Amino acid sequence: MTHLPLDQQMLDSCAALLLLLSFAMLSQRRVVTLVNLYAVQGAVLAAATLLLAWRTGEGHLYLSAALTLALKVAFLPWLLHRLIRRLEVYWDTEPLLNVSGTMLAGLLIVVFAFALAQPIALLASTATRSAVGIAVSVVLLAFLMMITRRKAMSQVVGFLSMENGVFFGAMSASYGMPMVVELGVALDVLVAVLVLGVFFFQIRERFESLDLHHLESLKEHE
Amino acid sequence: MRALDWITQVLEVVAALAAAPVFLGWLNQCRAWLQNRRAPSLWLPYRSLHKLFHKEAVIADNASSLFRIAPYVVFGAMVLAAGIIPSMGTRLPLVVAADAIALVGLFAAARVFMSLAAMDVGTAFGTLGARREMMVGFLAEPALLMVIFVASLISSSTALPAITENLASGRIGLSPGLAFSAVAFVLVLLAENARIPVDNPATHLELTMIHEAMVLEYSARHLALMEWAAQLKLFNYVCIGFALFLPWGVARAHIGPVGLLVAIPALAVKLAAAGAGLALIETVSAKMRVMRIPEFLATAFLFAVLGLLVHVLLGA
Repeated sequence: MTHLPLDQQMLDSCAALLLLLSFAMLSQRRVVTLVNLYAVQGAVLAAATLLLAWRTGEGHLYLSAALTLALKVAFLPWLLHRLIRRLEVYWDTEPLLNVSGTMLAGLLIVVFAFALAQPIALLASTATRSAVGIAVSVVLLAFLMMITRRKAMSQVVGFLSMENGVFFGAMSASYGMPMVVELGVALDVLVAVLVLGVFFFQIRERFESLDLHHLESLKEHE
Repeated sequence: MRALDWITQVLEVVAALAAAPVFLGWLNQCRAWLQNRRAPSLWLPYRSLHKLFHKEAVIADNASSLFRIAPYVVFGAMVLAAGIIPSMGTRLPLVVAADAIALVGLFAAARVFMSLAAMDVGTAFGTLGARREMMVGFLAEPALLMVIFVASLISSSTALPAITENLASGRIGLSPGLAFSAVAFVLVLLAENARIPVDNPATHLELTMIHEAMVLEYSARHLALMEWAAQLKLFNYVCIGFALFLPWGVARAHIGPVGLLVAIPALAVKLAAAGAGLALIETVSAKMRVMRIPEFLATAFLFAVLGLLVHVLLGA
């Protein structure tokens, strides 16, 4: 076993922490905590980006770390918390599918993602290529979360967490996307959340609940 | 060196036997302080063991011989386990007897005997406790094995002393895989030793009890052995935790007698810290309903498997 340099070890720890947070979100029943966990995930992501920027000396990574910090740690959680307050869904818990079952499904997904990422990681030449598998699993776990949840708010958090995974994947496979793409994605996410925020109010006005299974039937009365 | 190895071995077993009750006393004392109660004496477990050994044993009429021998089997298994775990030195002659996987088996054997003995007399409480114990056991065991696999993969050996030796050499550094499995191990430790989120060791005759329900039928020396075995089990688990995750201060192979002199105070300090930590966990958490225990242990399993996967992916 070789001794890895300290910053590499810390990057690996950040990657592991991201994966752990994905699982924490998957098992979380309460919406407020879910948003907080999303903010923590953003903070870990920003820390990883900063470490990588410091390690590689790539200037644009500093910028995207700042962007992550501003958008995913501060602004989006603030926006979501405000939405929760306005919609009065503080104590909104939702019945999950059996938590242990979801966790085990999540584990299988991680194994699948690691197998999937192995060839990609072999092609990449970056120092963080081993973290590609973790990025893929974060994306797939967010997918799983969106599938198993019924409330609109948790689905949006799942969507945002998925974007975190994509961002981390790009970062670890090729030291980040070009700045234009990154800015574009950030803007997209921002607009999506704003639009979805308006959409929440519409859903609630129509059905008096944020439960998405109301949207599944085409007609109101059969 | 051979003589020194045997001295270490004997010292370890004797220390485990002597320190296990006082460790429990220390844990209870910390817990009492944290809960603003007057703490019981540190030596209370000794006194109750002494008291129990001097009482007359009463055994139910319909108890079979299994009921009589179970305390000795359970106690023997725990003493043997104490001999295998490298709490002070890594060169133990007994190690050839069992590696870490066999150690898990040893704990399982003790659990089976305890559960059978609890069912033997046929009271409702005993059967109930035994069934719950088996439920906790079969969920905790895979998590414990996974934890051991992570440490074994890192050190490429399943013998506990070799793992400790490798980890104590300080070549590993910051390992997220090992950190995850440490969390999993703490969860398993709480579940296996009937500590608070899973079972409340301070209650008798409650419908939620697990461990206490199994030993209800025992009295006098049999009860003393069972209690002592439970204290040894807690001590052993804590020492496994040290061996896997905090191997500093253990007398390593090439150091010799001086290492042993360092190892004893190091172990005492680590035990004191672990007792305070466990007391803190027990104070801040509430007892779970029995139905939630599978979820708790699934979390432990999840942590352990994540540790394994992360180690394989990042460490390779």
